[in-house]
Amino acid sequence: MTNIAVTLTVNGVVRRAEVPGRRLLSDCLRHDLGLTGTHVGCEHGVCGCCTVLLDGEPVRSCLTLAATADGHEITTVEGLAGPDGEPSPVQRAFAECHGLQCGFCTPGFLCTVTALLRDNPAPSEEEVLEGLSGNLCRCTGYQNIVRSVRRAAELIAGEDDGGPAGWPSGPVRTSGDAEDTGHAGPAGDAEGAGRAGIAGGATGERAGAEGA
Amino acid sequence: MTTRLFGEPVPRREDPRLLTGRGRYLDDLGAGALEAAFVRSPHAHARILDIDVSAAIEVEGLVAIYTWEDLPEEVGAPLPLLIPHPALTHGRTARPLARDVVRHVGEPVVMVVARDRYLAEDACALIRVDYEPAEAVVGVETATRSARLVHDDVPGNVGAHLVQEVPSAAGLGAREAIDAAPHTLSFRLDIERSASMPLEGRGVYARWDADDRSLRIYSSTQTSTSVRMAVAARLGLPLTKVEVIAPDVGGGFGVKIVHPWPEEVLVPWAAMLLGREVKWTEDRREHFVSSAHERAQVQHVRVGFDDAGRVLGLDVTILHDHGAYTPYGIIVPIITATQLPGPYRIGAYRVEFSSVYTNTVQVTPYRGAGRPQAAFCMERTMDRIAAHLGLDRTAVREANFIQPDEFPYDQGLTFQDGRPLIYDSGDYPESLRMLKELIGWDSFGELRARAAAEGRRLGIGLGCYVEGTGVGPYEGGHVQITSDGRVHVSTGLTSQGQGHETAFAQIAAAELGVPLERVSVVTGDTRRFGYAVGTFASRAAVMSGNAIALACRRVREKALRIAADALEADPGDLEIVDGEVRVAGTPGVAVPLATVAVLANPLRYAFDAEAARATQFAGTPSPDRPPVAEGEEPGLEGRDYYSPVRSTFASGMHAAIVETDPLTAEIRVLRYAVVHDCGNLVNPMIVEGQIHGGVAQGVGGALYERMVYDEHGQLLNASFMDFLMPYVTEVPRIETAHLRTPSPLNPLGIKGAGEAGVIPVSAVIASAVEDAEGIRIDRMPISPSELFDLRRAAG
Repeated sequence: MTNIAVTLTVNGVVRRAEVPGRRLLSDCLRHDLGLTGTHVGCEHGVCGCCTVLLDGEPVRSCLTLAATADGHEITTVEGLAGPDGEPSPVQRAFAECHGLQCGFCTPGFLCTVTALLRDNPAPSEEEVLEGLSGNLCRCTGYQNIVRSVRRAAELIAGEDDGGPAGWPSGPVRTSGDAEDTGHAGPAGDAEGAGRAGIAGGATGERAGAEGA
Repeated sequence: MTTRLFGEPVPRREDPRLLTGRGRYLDDLGAGALEAAFVRSPHAHARILDIDVSAAIEVEGLVAIYTWEDLPEEVGAPLPLLIPHPALTHGRTARPLARDVVRHVGEPVVMVVARDRYLAEDACALIRVDYEPAEAVVGVETATRSARLVHDDVPGNVGAHLVQEVPSAAGLGAREAIDAAPHTLSFRLDIERSASMPLEGRGVYARWDADDRSLRIYSSTQTSTSVRMAVAARLGLPLTKVEVIAPDVGGGFGVKIVHPWPEEVLVPWAAMLLGREVKWTEDRREHFVSSAHERAQVQHVRVGFDDAGRVLGLDVTILHDHGAYTPYGIIVPIITATQLPGPYRIGAYRVEFSSVYTNTVQVTPYRGAGRPQAAFCMERTMDRIAAHLGLDRTAVREANFIQPDEFPYDQGLTFQDGRPLIYDSGDYPESLRMLKELIGWDSFGELRARAAAEGRRLGIGLGCYVEGTGVGPYEGGHVQITSDGRVHVSTGLTSQGQGHETAFAQIAAAELGVPLERVSVVTGDTRRFGYAVGTFASRAAVMSGNAIALACRRVREKALRIAADALEADPGDLEIVDGEVRVAGTPGVAVPLATVAVLANPLRYAFDAEAARATQFAGTPSPDRPPVAEGEEPGLEGRDYYSPVRSTFASGMHAAIVETDPLTAEIRVLRYAVVHDCGNLVNPMIVEGQIHGGVAQGVGGALYERMVYDEHGQLLNASFMDFLMPYVTEVPRIETAHLRTPSPLNPLGIKGAGEAGVIPVSAVIASAVEDAEGIRIDRMPISPSELFDLRRAAG
């Protein structure tokens, strides 16, 4: 099989590889270039674990041939942090909001959300759900991923509460009631009716944030 | 400086690594290793007539092809039956490669090793296996009725049959109690298959060191210590020459507790034989057809009750679909049978199950492990009783609750650990009160009426469960404080995203009085800790958490003894704060733990300035005593184990409001509320996350996920295109509240939380859909088209 010489700009660095025509971009990144942060969860384009940015746009690297990416710019999870290793707002928000558990789907979410917030820095709830709706997570139930997106939008908008940059170190805000309270607002009243009427998806403030 | 301790929502230590692409999952390791691929059976049931590999030999980069005939006897023998049980009279396990019969689609037949995975798959495609197909046995009822056998030597396809019976206080058996009851009901329930489906599949990577004659295995496993023992035994290696490491693992949810998988035996064996590193990474289709599923059961229920809805007798007969093999024994149906009574005092209880072989993927625990089926059965029963008597569904539950003053409460059953099933603590009435408040149970009627006025159809439902967590036999912890003041904690069980590095560090920091930043935690690495059981059954925090706490207490005592000598104080007057041993109430009289660690290890050689303080001319306290006192060991470290007499029982109650579309029968969950009791919380943020993830998997199991087998045993939906796991758009907002009844059984008062979220979800959604529709729901999952058909049938 004849190999094809490809030149990719990955995370700002020009990289060259000789790949068979059938080599997937995901395998090229992971195994030819050693960038194993991009994960492969299904190899048929559904789970989104392998999402990278190709010229800034999210693509499934498991459905992209390395050869077709020749000459293009690629950003992987390894390229999201600042040059000094400072986590990006999206990375920091996921850490603050417990937006990951096993971490396998996380690089795909980070790339997806990075592009989402670049294009739409203040997404509505519906737009957040739409933006996340191509990525599977089996651990988190998405609750804290949605919160992470909102928190990342705050950080990008400079609405930080003054905490130190970098990775969070102090106790972080929990998604639900940490205390022995059962208060989620007056369910069943007018507000409750409104919520039941329109919620329907993973939207809205967490109950615990209200109760805390 | 604040030492952040037990009970705080501290951010996870794992995250910076995992958020920057520096996690190390199985397939991230072994650059340059040879790669394996497998030829797997396309038939559910067939005899292998011939295997022709000749066309594959020419594939460039091919290294080796192995069939069963190539395997040494001990490598090719049937895999171990991990949990024998007297009732499992016909336990059967697969061989690593099929010998002459294949019993499910996906069973491995040929192993290929090549320079990379692409080439290995090229070779697989050229290998011709000649099969003589046999008729497949699919579905438990077919299996029990059919003359066809999955295993020739298992009559009736029944691998196990077990009855447990707890008579009433008056000595009546369940059937007598039901016959004598004022009201009786009998009905049938069905639950379909689902699967753990972690986003990272299984995988194994082995390195053989021919000079040292030692083997290192990395496996995406929930139990590295047991993989080590199993592989060492099978490959005939001394245990001390095998090390197994679970690297970062991309989710487990039960499927990775099974071991050794065929690949966990074959990949290390090939690595030894070839003298090369070999790796295998499971792809998604392989995971669907070659790992394990769970959940499928048919339940026949008979219940007798009084006018208040109190259950006087309950008789449940379960047909449990075990797939083609029983490597994990009958743990899943045992858990269903024994956790079925939930938070209730059942007058008399009889449960019987038959574990049945079918020509489908084997069944082993998936998060919840038989409990979702148990909760579905018990809670559907409660709803039926309420409907029959015209009572509120919560009132029937209240009438049956075990009361807070009745703990410890003995259910009279034998649990999955072979020990009596005795609830240690709980407060079920309070839990229900909190749930009703959280979801707005009492005012739901108004909400429903307002929605109905708009032409919308709402329903509310609930479900309760009790979960035995933290099963034995034991876990251990090792804690070492080094002369730089760092604290190194290790435990043998493994991590798949539960944040153990954080939670265990919190426990150690709290016990030792050191800043969290100084503590590091290693799990699942047999080089660091060899004795362990594994991560399953919501046991990690309970088992290793307590073991680490006990190990820390040993280290603390030792540190105080040594520091007392150095400070010429009484150990009882000392405290450890911020990594310093101090005389309580005497500021300035202190010695850092780093120095205590130096003093704990008398030295001859000074490798640095700090170490010089422990050398022999540095002024040892007394020349008349041995440098290491009698009964002491050098070093500031300790090891301890936690081995509970029995499990601790967490509990919870969930409620949901659903909307069903009058035209399309689409089911939407509008609100989902959880009240959860896992005793003391180590890190509430992590516990919340566990609940969220469990509920999402529960929603999948209730509304979307099923394994669609045709009558030939072909899995028709073996991809993420067709097996519908919830995306963000399918999971409702989850509202949570915590009740805390600490466990009296362990030092930290904690109970397990890992599986809780998933357990009652199918029961809750069924209850709510039934409430919305007024149509009996007795099988899950339920799709819009099924609801549509139910509506039509109801006329």
